[in-house]
Amino acid sequence: MLHDICAATGAFVLNFCQVTGQMMLLFIDTLKKLKHASIRETLRQMALLGADSLPIVLLTMLCTGMVFSVQTAKEFVALGASNTVGGIVAIAMGRELVPVLTGVVVAGRIGAAIAAELGTMKVTEQIDALRVMATSPVQYLVAPRFIAISLMMPMLIVFGNFIGNAGGYFVAHYYADIGSYTYLNSIKRFCEMYDVVGGMIKGVAFGAIISIVGCFKGLHADKGAEGVGLATTASVVLSIILIFIADYFMTVLLYVDK
Amino acid sequence: MAESVISLQGLEISFGEKKVLQGVDLEVKKGETMAVIGPSGTGKSTILRALIGLLEPTGGSVFIEGQDVSHLSEEEWNGIRKHVGMVFQYSALFDFLDVGENVAFGLRQHFSLPEDEVRKKVDDLLADVGMLDAKSMYPVELSGGMKKRVSLARALAFGPRIVLYDEPTAGLDPIRTMNISRLIRKTQQKHKVTSILVTHDMESVYTAADRVALLNDGKIVAIGTPEEFRNSDNPLIRGFITGEEITGATEAFR
Repeated sequence: MLHDICAATGAFVLNFCQVTGQMMLLFIDTLKKLKHASIRETLRQMALLGADSLPIVLLTMLCTGMVFSVQTAKEFVALGASNTVGGIVAIAMGRELVPVLTGVVVAGRIGAAIAAELGTMKVTEQIDALRVMATSPVQYLVAPRFIAISLMMPMLIVFGNFIGNAGGYFVAHYYADIGSYTYLNSIKRFCEMYDVVGGMIKGVAFGAIISIVGCFKGLHADKGAEGVGLATTASVVLSIILIFIADYFMTVLLYVDK
Repeated sequence: MAESVISLQGLEISFGEKKVLQGVDLEVKKGETMAVIGPSGTGKSTILRALIGLLEPTGGSVFIEGQDVSHLSEEEWNGIRKHVGMVFQYSALFDFLDVGENVAFGLRQHFSLPEDEVRKKVDDLLADVGMLDAKSMYPVELSGGMKKRVSLARALAFGPRIVLYDEPTAGLDPIRTMNISRLIRKTQQKHKVTSILVTHDMESVYTAADRVALLNDGKIVAIGTPEEFRNSDNPLIRGFITGEEITGATEAFR
């Protein structure tokens, strides 16, 4: 029994170290090949992976802003702090909710799509065909996706902040009777541009995580259709876990003592 | 005597504990088409994957045009791969590109040719394999035989000196099998390429190959011309060609 537990723990640790190392190598290799990435393919991926995600990101952020406002507005009005609601919603959205939730939405939509696409290419020998034609899969497939998502995430976050705060204002105004001037003045008093810029910086990091994890899982898919399915699921789960872990450390770096 | 373009010397490849190739020795001369036949799972395709750098040998050596390529880096391999074309078993066409773009892929990636020249070369290659009319179609719209033809056109786009065929007739009906086999022969004659043809199909061997090697238990057990194989009394060869229950052969292939 003890032997089995030790063996399973050892196998898990070894596998964890191996996967982490391989992902780091893919990340380094991608950085090396960024300058050779095709501009045309990168723009195609930006449209495909970024622009097409806008509706779902906007919907998520609109609902999040409205929900956050519903939860806070009436309580703060009761406490006589209605002039803080706009600022609180804006800071929470700018620093945390928009970047993290955009990361989760993009991981679910785009990370899964990348893992499925590259996984299918792997099991149908298209990745081998690329290599046989003297083309690096990292340069041709990974680098454009890495650039595309890392650039599109901050843009999605800007739009997410806008719509999230609009939703927050709408609810605060019509549900909790907070005046427009009070709400907007609260944002002006409490919120700094850095709150949004910090969220955008987080977005770049989350975009890098989503693209590297999605590509890594896709490029290591095996066992046919089942393997592609497993790679897709694993990509979403691992991306979301890494986004939450990275979020803690980036919050400490970006906002604590600032 | 023509020089060897491809030379395998004691090639060994293992997957974990399983030794798939156990010392393969094979010489392929310039301009020759060598067929490698043998039962499923004996490592025929593994030989091709070692020859193009998709698998690294665990023992022995691989020489291409006199250069030892057994343990090259990916960058070093890329230099060699520009002279080697490969037709995959399931074609491996890029499903996000149409037929014309598939054939033009390598030209656009590695050669700074004017677009007019690329288009002309693609049209010529597709015309050679009888697929010019399908230039704007996507792989998902093609039949198995059409995919193999496009895959061959794509493999020839670089002007390779060596072409590797991995079961190019697998899953095709007898007529399409014969068409592909004739195309392989025509390609050899027109482009003067050295080829290795991995196949199960003896009709394809008789049509396209100059010599045949029989792989069994991870080793080459017989080499000869198609005619010698056709007339051979060797029970392994007879068993493979005819599929008959021949003492020794059936057990060996099991």
